[in-house]
Amino acid sequence: MIGRFLAAKGQSQSEPEKLFLCENLQFLTNSARIFRISNKNSFQSDHYSLILKRTVLYLHKLFLNMVLEKMNLKPQDFLNARKRLLQMHFESGVGHIGGNLSSIDAMLIVFHEFFKGMDKFVLSKGHSAGALYITLWSIGRLKDDDLKSFHSDNTLLAGHPPAKGIEDIPFATGSLGHGLSLAAGTALGFRLKNNDAHVYCLTSDGEWQEGSTWEALIFACHHKLDNLTVLVDHNNFQGFGSTDQIASMSPLWEKLKGFDVELHVVNGHDPDDIRDVLASKQRRFRIIILSTVKGRGVSFMENRMDSHYLPLTAERYRQAMEEIDSK
Amino acid sequence: MRKQLCDALVARSVNSDMVFLTGDLGFMALEPLQSAMGHRFINAGISEQNMVSVAAALSRQDFDVWIYSIAPFVYARPFEQIRNDITFHNLPVKLIGNGGGYGYGVMGPTHHAIDDYGVMLALSNMTVYVPVFDEDIDAVVTRAGASAHPAYIRLGRGEHPKSFSVPGYAPWRQLTHGGGDVVIAMGPLAGTYIEDFEKLPEKIRPNLWAVAELPIEHAPIPAELIAQIENSSILCVAEEHVRHGGLGSELLLNLAGRGVVVRCFQHLYARAHHYERYGSQKFLRRQSGLDIHSMLESLGVAIS
Repeated sequence: MIGRFLAAKGQSQSEPEKLFLCENLQFLTNSARIFRISNKNSFQSDHYSLILKRTVLYLHKLFLNMVLEKMNLKPQDFLNARKRLLQMHFESGVGHIGGNLSSIDAMLIVFHEFFKGMDKFVLSKGHSAGALYITLWSIGRLKDDDLKSFHSDNTLLAGHPPAKGIEDIPFATGSLGHGLSLAAGTALGFRLKNNDAHVYCLTSDGEWQEGSTWEALIFACHHKLDNLTVLVDHNNFQGFGSTDQIASMSPLWEKLKGFDVELHVVNGHDPDDIRDVLASKQRRFRIIILSTVKGRGVSFMENRMDSHYLPLTAERYRQAMEEIDSK
Repeated sequence: MRKQLCDALVARSVNSDMVFLTGDLGFMALEPLQSAMGHRFINAGISEQNMVSVAAALSRQDFDVWIYSIAPFVYARPFEQIRNDITFHNLPVKLIGNGGGYGYGVMGPTHHAIDDYGVMLALSNMTVYVPVFDEDIDAVVTRAGASAHPAYIRLGRGEHPKSFSVPGYAPWRQLTHGGGDVVIAMGPLAGTYIEDFEKLPEKIRPNLWAVAELPIEHAPIPAELIAQIENSSILCVAEEHVRHGGLGSELLLNLAGRGVVVRCFQHLYARAHHYERYGSQKFLRRQSGLDIHSMLESLGVAIS
């Protein structure tokens, strides 16, 4: 667990911190081992050994919490990202806000806390491009000037992820049902190259009505792509109504249970829930269903169909920013 | 052509970056390739949309990716995946469609591919190869494989007379020579006219050309052919493809751009996806007016 944690966090953790953590853990673990070996015939010594072992575990946890506390995104980071997203959409007069607000928490956590080296992220629900752009901006991969150009003439930032020009976006998406196959192919490619990079793919829930998504699911399961994690933004809405009313598969996780897949259902707006599941040891192709709220964080957008399409008026924008500031 | 294709790909598979995906087809044809490639030969199952997107993603990682299926299942079923995932990113994935045109004959319209290369040519960066003879396959695999762009390869079967000496591969090749009009045919269909053209007196024997690559911008028309067209009273184009988007329209656009005057244009093309009666490829060609009798009639040559 420690190894995985260090591997996952390695990029953003400073070298002195890593060294400090490793040295202390090594020291305590060795102490416990030596104590136990030298006293193995003594019941009393075993008892002390157990106490020491528990102490070591406690200290492990303490160190982890300390470092996690330092590295994890803070609540304010999520609020700031939401505000920047709303600002960008307001300034450009662009809608599609609801699905951005439902998925941005998971995107932020993936990119800030888990993404490393050669990892790839495929945004299958391309209509949440705004959240992806804000996330890339938050890690310094896009600039303010880029965001200002969103949706305008001569921009790199199209309404859906573009085919060229942004290194962190491997594929143009926007037509639903492509992303999971692209992610599966990328994961297979990493395996063929003996590359231990990981692939993340974010789909919508309505997108599971696309047959090609199920083709990709079958493929990913059959090829046992344990280097692939799919996040499903399960906000219960699609283009012209709720997923339940239009083509219900509710609950989606029940349908997925029959596949050879590591399945999790978590609160898609609880950072710790998302972190815990992403940090857990992955043994198979993994699907994490994020139970989310369309328009999350802005009361008049939450669970509303129109938040899928309509841009913000000046009054609504002011109201939304005030709401977020008050949290 | 499948045997030749398999041999050519087996030779190419020494390249460890090559990956081959099939949509669950190739029984009694591609087993040697499967043996040669091991885990890089992937039967993607009956899921062509997924196969194409997976191929695009592999190509994104610089693998040398080839996809195979019956023609309509490789270009029509996953069209959006080809458009969005391959051509939007100009990824050099090679799509191989077996049984182009009416190749699957009596199997019915779902298995016919008579609008394939027109559709593929509508996509940016796409090159189409329609090998004319079995002997072309090595060259086609080499040329397509060397390209940094996507390609669609329509496989048929070589149909030249046994006595005919196949010329070396070129995108445009003249197969018969004479004092008659110019006939340009796409792919293997060209081979079906050779024998009867050769029987005609030299004075009226058509100058038959076979085309194996499109678009014309990638495979320019030889100057010799342009000169023949300028001196010909009829230009006849024959293709096992619907009228729209095929060789005929592309050729005329190109000639018009050059200011070449075509006195009379005859176009023989695949007429329909479905008839009331089905039959062999030969039968369906006859139904479409692509057979030798229809050809000679369009040229005004008396049938002996």
